[in-house]
Amino acid sequence: MDELVIQKLGPLSDEEMVLNMGPQHPSTHGVIRFVVKGDGEVIKVALPVVGYLHRAIEKIGEIVTFPGFMPYTDRADYLAAMFANEGYALAVEKLMGLEAPPRAQYCRAISCELNRIASHLISVGTMGQDIGALTPFVHALRERETLNDLIEELCGARLTYHYHRIGGVAFDVPDGWAEKTLRFLDRFERILDEYDRLLTWNEIYVKRLADLGVIPAEMAIDYGLVGPNLRASGVDWDLRRDLPYGCYRDFQFQVPVGKGWVGKVGDCFDRYYVRILEMRESVKIVRQALEKLPAGETMHPKIPKKVKPPAGEAWARVESARGEMGYYVTADGVSEKAQRVRIRTGSYLAMGVVEPLSRGMMIADLVALIASLDVVAPEIDR
Amino acid sequence: MQTAADQLIRSLFHQDPGSWPWTQLVYLAFMLAAGMIMTTFAAVFSGTLSWYERRVAARMQSRIGPNRVGPAGFLVWVADALKLITKEDVIPADADPILFRMGPYFVVTGLVLTFVALPFGDRIIAADMNLGLFYILSITALVVVGIIMSAWSSNSKWSLIGGIRSAAQVISYEIPAGLAVMVPVLLAGSLSTQGIIRAQGGPAGGSFFEIGGWPWNWFLFENPMAFAAFFIFFTAALAEGNRTPFDLPEAESELVAGYNTEYSGMRFSYFFLTEWANVWVMSALGTLLFLGGWQIPGVASEAVDHSGWLVVASVLVFVVKTLALVNVVVWLRWTLPRIRVDQMMILCWKYLVPVAMGCVLLTAGWIWGESVVPVSVISGFHLAFFLVAGIVPLVLFVRQTFQNLRLVGDRVDLTNW
Repeated sequence: MDELVIQKLGPLSDEEMVLNMGPQHPSTHGVIRFVVKGDGEVIKVALPVVGYLHRAIEKIGEIVTFPGFMPYTDRADYLAAMFANEGYALAVEKLMGLEAPPRAQYCRAISCELNRIASHLISVGTMGQDIGALTPFVHALRERETLNDLIEELCGARLTYHYHRIGGVAFDVPDGWAEKTLRFLDRFERILDEYDRLLTWNEIYVKRLADLGVIPAEMAIDYGLVGPNLRASGVDWDLRRDLPYGCYRDFQFQVPVGKGWVGKVGDCFDRYYVRILEMRESVKIVRQALEKLPAGETMHPKIPKKVKPPAGEAWARVESARGEMGYYVTADGVSEKAQRVRIRTGSYLAMGVVEPLSRGMMIADLVALIASLDVVAPEIDR
Repeated sequence: MQTAADQLIRSLFHQDPGSWPWTQLVYLAFMLAAGMIMTTFAAVFSGTLSWYERRVAARMQSRIGPNRVGPAGFLVWVADALKLITKEDVIPADADPILFRMGPYFVVTGLVLTFVALPFGDRIIAADMNLGLFYILSITALVVVGIIMSAWSSNSKWSLIGGIRSAAQVISYEIPAGLAVMVPVLLAGSLSTQGIIRAQGGPAGGSFFEIGGWPWNWFLFENPMAFAAFFIFFTAALAEGNRTPFDLPEAESELVAGYNTEYSGMRFSYFFLTEWANVWVMSALGTLLFLGGWQIPGVASEAVDHSGWLVVASVLVFVVKTLALVNVVVWLRWTLPRIRVDQMMILCWKYLVPVAMGCVLLTAGWIWGESVVPVSVISGFHLAFFLVAGIVPLVLFVRQTFQNLRLVGDRVDLTNW
């Protein structure tokens, strides 16, 4: 489908229909709106309208104290709250010039990778649901429930974790938790094989996603795409490997890159399948981390009650489930509050690519495209 | 209908209704009761199927499903129906009020009228028309009229797209469905639904394993063209019934709810009544055309005609076969993704229509061939074809199921019902 189809319609395509997709629509993944201009089923252009979920989280960062902002970061990306926690913690730690103890770093890596699996499960499941396969979504949620149970045991929360703190993590790994996690991972790897049989290689599913919404590597870089969306386009870039933070130097893992498994490199299927492969890699990382988990503190001993970093600015970034998540934090050295907090998120960048890709798509394709970009509304607007 | 009533009364009460003075009243009561059963059947069946589908879906998705109202949640459909009937019937301000109100009635009427020619057993049929099949295929078109009417009058773009999709889909898929239906019609030499079923009873006066509704007597295993025609018919019927993978007119992830987006309350429930009852219609058609209908294995259809109890058995056979197909339809819905609207059209016009056309022509040739080739060759081929097309896929299916269970490390667990 391309411009040609619209041209062929000739005089019939004079009148265009404006279709309002969202903010309340089953498959916009939150409160996002798309103004779809098109001719019947064929879309001429879909313009994303963001901002419905803006909660001024960055401004709140200037009003509350440094540790007090941590729970708000959970809300920046509620499906992958661990990463949002970690990015902020790393930024403030950089300002204070300290590093979390090794055990805390391992706890961070374990919790983050489990959270990455949980987030990708949602992404993969909703992708299936948007294409019309309702069952894989519930299977994905079933596995995510087990993950939520594990994370709840670790930090007491199932969605907004508030687990990473400035200088470490809130709680140590409980007794017997490592064994439970390993048991889950054993089961989960088999479940991933089942997803492949149930959904990934389903003929209809492949036909729907192959060669759809192709983002070439240069375009992905131009639009600033990050994370799985960038890697699916064939750009081999992962912060965990290329600019390692925390303890990621200690782990052996592959970075899955889109190969055009069923069509062109960077199509919707590649973005879906890269996430499936990333879950496998996360399983590997969690296994290694649990094996190597060092003894020691989980909190830096020199964190004062009142966090007052010296004057300066810091930029920290982590490889979130939705790609690079960056925190820019400045302190004036006097106040307990940040002078400016800025969060750079992957979903917002991904929204930019919808408009050029939507030209000539059909309505059903737009739904698949949005799902494949794995956008989360609160992360777009913050 | 009268002869069936006669025989039923004779075998159940050992009396001849012909000798009663009030015979006509008995017939009238019988007719009314039968008519009531036929028309109410659609509603009750779609309610029951809604419960069944939700239970199966829950089972497939590791959920529990409805389990509060009645045993195993069975009465949930009654509760749902009561809720929908008592709900406010909202008509959008900019909708066309008359067409908006009328749409659902057209849909329901188109559906219920198909039951007139649908058999439930040997001579258990409202009207055994000699053009029964033709009647069913044409009367279902009324459903599309209702859908377009309600979609257009809703004055909502989502509804409109759903309605137009539905029109395109149903009209396109009627062609392969109609062509595929021609294969059993050619084989049976009849358009009457009862006639087609009777033609699947094996040779008259054969042995126990030759007569009646054995699988090798079904049109499904009659020849390769009929086998292909069954799958074409089933695919096209799924598309006509708006079932996954062809549920485009009401694709919730794309069109919110499609043509019924603006409906609420009772009118909304009519669409779902139609959708679920349509599953029965398509499955019953599949059963009577390809799966031997009500033919009882080992019993000639003439014997069924002369025994009330065998008539009851024939109803059971028909219902069991139909429910098996219904189960497949439900199963597909919770397994497959949805195809795109252009892919749906490509599938229909580029693949199903030519193949179905070829099936019809080849079947005509086949019938001519059967009159030339010796009978032993034909029956040998039948046996071989039954083994290849019937037994081998079944074995492969069971093997794959157990292989999948082993790979996930799951076990068969039926305690959750």
